[in-house]
Amino acid sequence: MRRDFILAGVILGLALLIGWRAPVFLTLATLDDIATDTAILAMMALAQMLVILTRGIDLSVAAMLAFCGMAAALVGQALPELPVGLLLILGPAVGLGLGAINGAFVAWLNVPPIVVTLASMSLYRGATFLLSGGLWVSSHDMPAAFREFPTERLFGLTHLVWLALLAVLLAYGVLRYSRFGRSIYTYGGNPSAARYVGIASKRVLFSVYAISGAVAGLCGALWVGRYGIAFTDAAQGFELQIIAACVIGGVSIAGGIGTVLGCLLGVIFLGIIGNALPIMAISPFWQMLIFGAVILAAVTINRQKGRAAKIILRPKTAEGG
Amino acid sequence: MVLTVEGLKKSFGAISALSDGRLSLMPGRVTALIGENGAGKSTLVKILTGIYQPDAGSLRLDGVERVFAAPQVAQAAGISAVHQETVMFDDLSVAENICAGHWPCHTRGWRKGMIDWTALLAQAQAVLDRLGVSLPLQARCGDLSIAQKHLVEMARALCHESRVLIMDEPTAALSHREIADLYRLVRHLKTQGIAILFISHKFDEIFEIADDYVVMRDGAFVAEGQIADTTTDALVAMMVGRAMGAIFPKRSVPIGAPILEVRGLSHPTEFEDVSFTVHAGEILGFYGLVGAGRSEVMQALFGLTPVSGGEISLDGQTLRVNSPKDAIAAGIAYVPEDRQGQGAILPMSIRDNITLPLLERITGGWLLSPKNEGAIAETFARRLAVKAPDWHCRVDTLSGGNQQKVVIGKWLATTPRVIILDEPTKGIDVGSKAKVHDFMSDLVAEGLAVILVSSELPEVMGMADRIVVMQEGRPYGSFERADFATNPAQGAAMLARAATGG
Repeated sequence: MRRDFILAGVILGLALLIGWRAPVFLTLATLDDIATDTAILAMMALAQMLVILTRGIDLSVAAMLAFCGMAAALVGQALPELPVGLLLILGPAVGLGLGAINGAFVAWLNVPPIVVTLASMSLYRGATFLLSGGLWVSSHDMPAAFREFPTERLFGLTHLVWLALLAVLLAYGVLRYSRFGRSIYTYGGNPSAARYVGIASKRVLFSVYAISGAVAGLCGALWVGRYGIAFTDAAQGFELQIIAACVIGGVSIAGGIGTVLGCLLGVIFLGIIGNALPIMAISPFWQMLIFGAVILAAVTINRQKGRAAKIILRPKTAEGG
Repeated sequence: MVLTVEGLKKSFGAISALSDGRLSLMPGRVTALIGENGAGKSTLVKILTGIYQPDAGSLRLDGVERVFAAPQVAQAAGISAVHQETVMFDDLSVAENICAGHWPCHTRGWRKGMIDWTALLAQAQAVLDRLGVSLPLQARCGDLSIAQKHLVEMARALCHESRVLIMDEPTAALSHREIADLYRLVRHLKTQGIAILFISHKFDEIFEIADDYVVMRDGAFVAEGQIADTTTDALVAMMVGRAMGAIFPKRSVPIGAPILEVRGLSHPTEFEDVSFTVHAGEILGFYGLVGAGRSEVMQALFGLTPVSGGEISLDGQTLRVNSPKDAIAAGIAYVPEDRQGQGAILPMSIRDNITLPLLERITGGWLLSPKNEGAIAETFARRLAVKAPDWHCRVDTLSGGNQQKVVIGKWLATTPRVIILDEPTKGIDVGSKAKVHDFMSDLVAEGLAVILVSSELPEVMGMADRIVVMQEGRPYGSFERADFATNPAQGAAMLARAATGG
């Protein structure tokens, strides 16, 4: 909790500092832009958090995003009459399948998550290439409704922002009030103890990767609509930003520790940095470097302490005979 | 006299692991170090090998007072140890393992500082010759058998011109033939004038190989002498000693109907044909050496290990246990030996830890019920007197003793019929032990059946109504309280013999 306050304080301070240097930053229009820009990052980071909580990692999310976005765009191009809702459901449906493949390898074949998703990252990118034949689907090839949906407004906020808020509520509810959420924390906190209390660990593991895939799929459809283009290299490298947001937000890579609030703060932090640098007219050559340095600094300040588990009733020494 | 130690003391915080370590080793003789688990043997060995620094006491090598500030110093002084679990670099070759840490290097020329393979192989071969054994020097260590790995360990120990060799339960993982080979090796080393300290729980081995013995109990020296002048019964009496007289809070509880019946339970490799019955209000002790298969039987009962045959019934109903979930639902609780590794979820709250095995029962569906959870956590945390500001505290902020209480509370909350306690007092201080024992009496008074797995004779003898002794995966016998409690000394000797096959 205290870490969250510190991070919130840093975010506020940073926003004021940037606002002082570039007053345009603190206008409602800019904040609305930032929210819309970071909505996809927020959804992806929340899903990634579920995976990281189980001591895993999903490196294939950006590739899944690209594949599902391409799939939705191609279907939209071929069948322009299709209602936009179906296209938006197609994304997560395809993503669920891709994520389930990751999950099956991790949960039942016991392949380390980093290896599985590193391989599938390349696999899904390659599949996107084959699917599209390397071609782009540009905005005028897509149904207008599909293009407009992400940035359409409801009660003043864009659909993207609403969806992100929905994801936050859902993640909070699941992690705090559902048996599945508790199982995730239990497994991440101590996999072998989880086994002793009868938690179906494999099912939990499989589910988090499947969910990660589904969320990436939804984001893929939204991404393509929002930017009006689907191409093989879409969101290249985005997985690193997603994981960085989790880690900045205090989600422990060692598993079992992390909250929705923390994760969200991590996302906001990255969103502000990412939007402030161009506003402050900092050269793109510097932006990447500053971005990396800031992530490193944030993680160092915010790192988990005291995880060196205490010994339970077994003074490491007094075992005697 | 090569090595003499006297009055060694070592404590860790409030716990005294060693209060009077005494030992003298002579060249060309094998001294057996005998004592129960927790008698301080390992602590003594760790001081001898420079891993721990003693708080007080003297250590003399060839009559000269020495301080081993680090393991390297002890090694350089000629003291080496072969530990129970082999420490191997599986992916390096036999020769590299033997010379681990001090591989010979080229000293000049363009290869200066790089490993000198010719010298390395020669050096390893020389050590093996000294041992009188042959091993493929270039083979990958991971591909060797356990017995061969032991040889590599011993060769490594002897690599530094050792004069004292400490062997900590070296036969634990070996077959009969391999043990015979080991004896031959030990005798060979004796003829070279090496002093050997041999730690074992098995009396047949001690009488086979040792010349002298030293008995320890509760961290202190008890007796020493020549093996030829003693008997198994006398050694057991010294090992267990006055600890037998310790008061256990054993209450007499009427023993009720049978609850759990196990018939012919078998496992492909760990145990065979295990049968027993536990009644309501009864504490059934499981005694045996480490590795006798006791924990494995309990893990099978709890659905953690698949069995190859046998039947389990609870209240006369045949029970199929395929997972811990089934066992918990049926009313079996298992408090594992490794409470840190398998018990608590450290980054979670007290409440969440306690309700873990119950979530399905108290929620019925997908959603949790904070109200029910809070009530249950409150009940059991209070009952066990967990000291914490509130039940939302993370478990890793608690002291060790309180973490232990949370783990036990978690299992009690499942309202079990049978509770299995695996080494419940291992490594805890005397005061806490008494509390755990008292608590066990409370449980049986409530009509639960308790299975107590323990390697400490006084504990099983003090608490159990009946004791099943296991030896090498088979139940060796079952003893009624009347058999062992009327004459504790005889009873102890009887149980110790049953466990060791001595």
